[in-house]
Amino acid sequence: MIVTAASPQSLRPPPSDRDLRSLLLIRHFELALLRLFEQGAVSGTTHTCLGQEYIPVALAPLLLDDDFVFSNHRGHGHFLARHAEPYGLLAEIMGREGALCGGVGGSQHVYHRRFLSTGVQGESLPVATGVALKLAGSGALACAYVGDGTWGEGAVYEALNMAALWRLPLLVVVEHNGIAQSTPTPAQLAGTIGARAAAFGVRHHRVTSTDVEEIRSELAPLVAAVRSEPSPLVAEFVTHRIGPHSKGDDTRSPEEIDRARRSDWHTRYAAADPERFARLDREQQEFVDRLVAEIAARPPATPPAPSASAPAPEPATGRRP
Amino acid sequence: MTRVSEHLNQALHDLMESDPAVHLLGEDVSDPYGGAFKITKGLSDRFGSRVRSTPLSEGALAGVGAGLALAGDKAVVEIMFSDFVALAFDQIANFAAKSTAMYGRPVPVPLIVRCPTGGNRGYGPTHSQSLQKHFIGVPGLSLFEMTPFHDAGGLFARMFALGRPCLFFEDKVLYTRHMYRLDDLFRFELAGDVARVVLDGAAEPDCTLVTHGGLVHRTLDAMRTLLLEDELVCELLVPAQLYPVPRLPGLEDARHVCVIDDGGEGGSWSSEVARVLYPRLWGGLRRPITLVNSADAVIPAAPHLERGVLVQADRIRAAVLEAVS
Repeated sequence: MIVTAASPQSLRPPPSDRDLRSLLLIRHFELALLRLFEQGAVSGTTHTCLGQEYIPVALAPLLLDDDFVFSNHRGHGHFLARHAEPYGLLAEIMGREGALCGGVGGSQHVYHRRFLSTGVQGESLPVATGVALKLAGSGALACAYVGDGTWGEGAVYEALNMAALWRLPLLVVVEHNGIAQSTPTPAQLAGTIGARAAAFGVRHHRVTSTDVEEIRSELAPLVAAVRSEPSPLVAEFVTHRIGPHSKGDDTRSPEEIDRARRSDWHTRYAAADPERFARLDREQQEFVDRLVAEIAARPPATPPAPSASAPAPEPATGRRP
Repeated sequence: MTRVSEHLNQALHDLMESDPAVHLLGEDVSDPYGGAFKITKGLSDRFGSRVRSTPLSEGALAGVGAGLALAGDKAVVEIMFSDFVALAFDQIANFAAKSTAMYGRPVPVPLIVRCPTGGNRGYGPTHSQSLQKHFIGVPGLSLFEMTPFHDAGGLFARMFALGRPCLFFEDKVLYTRHMYRLDDLFRFELAGDVARVVLDGAAEPDCTLVTHGGLVHRTLDAMRTLLLEDELVCELLVPAQLYPVPRLPGLEDARHVCVIDDGGEGGSWSSEVARVLYPRLWGGLRRPITLVNSADAVIPAAPHLERGVLVQADRIRAAVLEAVS
């Protein structure tokens, strides 16, 4: 699904400095990670959200402190849009001192205040449903980010069924970027996500805009209903991943990648207000450069103390024969 | 005299009454049905929305329980037949258990997954298994089993206090048995976590048996026959905590140790017990620890065929005789 970028003039009202900073921080953070991988300075794997940064930034003011946010493998943007902790996150990804989760979780397993990510597709939705069961009626909600590929997992349907039956404040944010790792959506998803939501009697809203203010005005009343009714909502963003699935593993043709790039929010935002954009872009790039230099210079994260409930080894007390 | 099923039901009533943070979820657990084995009878009438009959979704059931725990409450989740806990493996092993440690600090996940388990009731291959072994060695996960000697309320309190998810196995054949009752030959005492069943007034046993709750009565039958017909004295240890294997008392002087386990042989709970005991007892052992397990086979539905696969008293007797003679 390709949505052609609208003309620059359509950014009304223009994004605030705060939103632009958040968008550009995430962009530069992700670009820095890909560079660090190329240099061999980061181990394991990572999944960047290049092209999708505007989704968590648009949602940020719609989510409150008491809300619980569940993220997935592609979660750096989700985190940075909610928590001003880029040092802790990069230290976690690089396994350095000050890591948010002691270097145990890494890129895909972060738990900070009411933000939690897990690396298994669909796994978070039942957990989010349990949290929503606890939050129902309090005005708070549980929000879970999933991708279009996640809809292959049965856990999604089990959770949606329960959330609808029990009228729970569950906001499912679908980042439908048209590709599940290397498999195009038409090859892995029959039917539509909207029809799936309809089958459970769950409200569904499709977002095609990349304009954060426009997205907020569309979603604000729907998110308010999630809290007040309460009831679940599937908010499906038609979006594009302009980077690889993880690193250097993009099997799409140059034309396809080009098409995805043409709908990048970045181009539109830059064209709408070139001078301000360039200034903030430089500012965030310099910030991320300093961030990377500082974290890379830190010593390795110290391993966390073993859990108190871990079993103690049995002493050997056998008699000698 | 209280049956194990009544005892469990009462323990759940007490648990939910004493702690308003406790939720109970499972398939068909609400009244008037009260669960496939009636262990949850009366709970939904009494505790309203804290007790929920759920859709047939074992995976989400475990996940919802973990979510409630993460949000500060506590959850008891019932898997109707423990065989179906396979459907919840990801939520239990990859989320609930790992969450206690994978975020770099201890995260409490007070979650009890109750698993009615075991065979000898003719339910056939997918409703009769003892799947404990598949959950052994998962970091952050503890395994417990109901026995006729342990107060269920005490076990529920212990499991929640651990702050990590626990599977709680309840052998279905135990439900109709009575709590704390032994025939006049034997008496039991609790030594820490472990129930120790001894022959009244006997000297050192010829063999020390270790088993889990569901096999207690079959093992006692074997012990009675071994005593009366073979003149062999056995002592029995029954831990409520299966994994991590707790300290099993009094084994330093054991002449022989035999671990009896209704799970199929191979990668089993019995071999885990032996793994823990070997380094501790190596210097004093006269022969290898005997392991008695169900056969490495599908559990048939026909009662005469099922008997042949699962551990029975005559197999325990034969294994002990062979080892000590």
